[in-house]
Amino acid sequence: MIPLESAASLARLLADRKISAAEVADAYLGRINELDSKLGCFLAVDADSVKAQAKAVQEKIDNKTGGPLAGVPIALKDNISTQGLETTCASKILKGYVPPYDATVVERLKAAGMPILGKTNMDEFAMGTSTETSAFQKTTNPWDTERSPGGSSGGSAASVAGGLAPVSLGSDTGGSIRQPASLCGVVGFKPTYGRVSRYGLVAFASSLDQIGPFARTVEDAALLAATISGHDPMDGTSLPSKAIDVSGLKQGSLKGVKFALPTELFGDAIEDGVKEQLEASIKLLEAEGVIFKRVSMPSVLYGVTTYYIIAPAEASSNLARFDGVRYGALVEGGGHIENFEKTRAHGFGREVRTRIMIGTYALSAGYYDAYYLRATQVRTKMRMEVEAELKDVDAVLCPTSPGVAFKIGELLGDPLALKMLDICTIPANMGGFPAISVPCGLSQGLPVGLQIMGGTMADERVLQLAYAVEQALPKTPASPLLEGVAG
Amino acid sequence: MSISLKEVRHVAKLARLDLEESEVMSLQTELNALLGHFSELQSVDVRGIEPQSHAVSLTNGWAEDVARLGLPRELALSNAPSSKAGLFLVPTIIED
Repeated sequence: MIPLESAASLARLLADRKISAAEVADAYLGRINELDSKLGCFLAVDADSVKAQAKAVQEKIDNKTGGPLAGVPIALKDNISTQGLETTCASKILKGYVPPYDATVVERLKAAGMPILGKTNMDEFAMGTSTETSAFQKTTNPWDTERSPGGSSGGSAASVAGGLAPVSLGSDTGGSIRQPASLCGVVGFKPTYGRVSRYGLVAFASSLDQIGPFARTVEDAALLAATISGHDPMDGTSLPSKAIDVSGLKQGSLKGVKFALPTELFGDAIEDGVKEQLEASIKLLEAEGVIFKRVSMPSVLYGVTTYYIIAPAEASSNLARFDGVRYGALVEGGGHIENFEKTRAHGFGREVRTRIMIGTYALSAGYYDAYYLRATQVRTKMRMEVEAELKDVDAVLCPTSPGVAFKIGELLGDPLALKMLDICTIPANMGGFPAISVPCGLSQGLPVGLQIMGGTMADERVLQLAYAVEQALPKTPASPLLEGVAG
Repeated sequence: MSISLKEVRHVAKLARLDLEESEVMSLQTELNALLGHFSELQSVDVRGIEPQSHAVSLTNGWAEDVARLGLPRELALSNAPSSKAGLFLVPTIIED
């Protein structure tokens, strides 16, 4: 069955001419048709275009001119610009917006021969941790459709977990790839800041945003990361570095590997069931020769607060571009300023308006030093604490999310609890570090994620360690929606 | 620190958001609760620590000074709510 195959295995079957790109695309369109009314992963699917792309891609496969995943279809978070395909950021203000150009990652996917299945649901402008702030629809978790897939890249995570796409892309500003990956039981990777171009990614918080892959295996995530990474002259913050090299992915051994365990991320903020699963994994890895070092990184406990100053501050500036003049839905108010004020008040949802307000306030005269400036100093302190530990260990290991998937609506009345969901993931964004979430078993029948974070530019090493850890741990089952296919 | 209704309205003006009065009221409560949490940063010792506004230290990346084509005009205008004669259309700003 095609939906059960990993992307790497699909690519092999395609290269060996055992299946065609059209068959793969049809199988996934069929899954979307069958299951998306229940999961709500997709905001847009253009079946005709998917079929046409698959047909064109077959030539690349036949001529061997595609990438390592040629013929494997992919779903994209709806904040990644796709020429000719509506891109809304799950916001009313961008309803009907059709990008006139492709994001760099989209160009690279096309060049590599990966058909684009459609655009996935998300928290509006990626502001949220549950995909519930989408202006258009709810996305449910393939493990339990009463539960949230996490967020903000909830649609991308759920589509891979439910077998509606073999791989997908999301964006991660404070954990928006890794946290939903953890809650949906799939792999989610945030590369080093600047390793993947942000050109064409609708900006939320530019100093933190990074595009990265969702997949069902570390190998698939690594192959996709290799496809989309590497310097891009169109992004001024793109690192002058080569694409992520995955040739050594399977050559790592766990013997003698050192992981730091920050006590702050194994404390009261973490659910008991998650801690138990992590501790069980640590025992298994110890048996493989991994050395664990319990360390303290006191500043990571300020990560959430730091994030809720820096990210809204950057967002308030980035979202100033939505003025109802060049694109987006215009609400007329009389004059130019009135148009501006009405368009934004009606076009942005409540969470986005609130964050713009927080950011504008934090940057305003008289408060800048107390909030933004201090947050950027705490950011430095947090990065230095992580870097100090990384001198002595290969990587940091901790939970990805403090809890398992929660019920939809359960945390909506508790904004602080929702924000705390990012406590383990924020440090990687603050320091620009690569970090990956790998499934490590179940708690209460729901997936738990283990996070591995390495130093800047250590993407290859983080992927290699994650692959070795994935192989060493018992295989976490696929979501019931995929297990059902096997049965 | 706490934020007054007047300040909420002022910040909304700066942010170009035409908020309903009911939202101004609930935002005041919400922002004050958040500012309470923000105050925990005051207890962090940041003496001698440089502020960091970006994820990685990168100095200016220069592009070659080569001309290249931008978006064709009709494509650039294709999403505009209102356009005319190849230009974005906005309400009159300067009266004659």
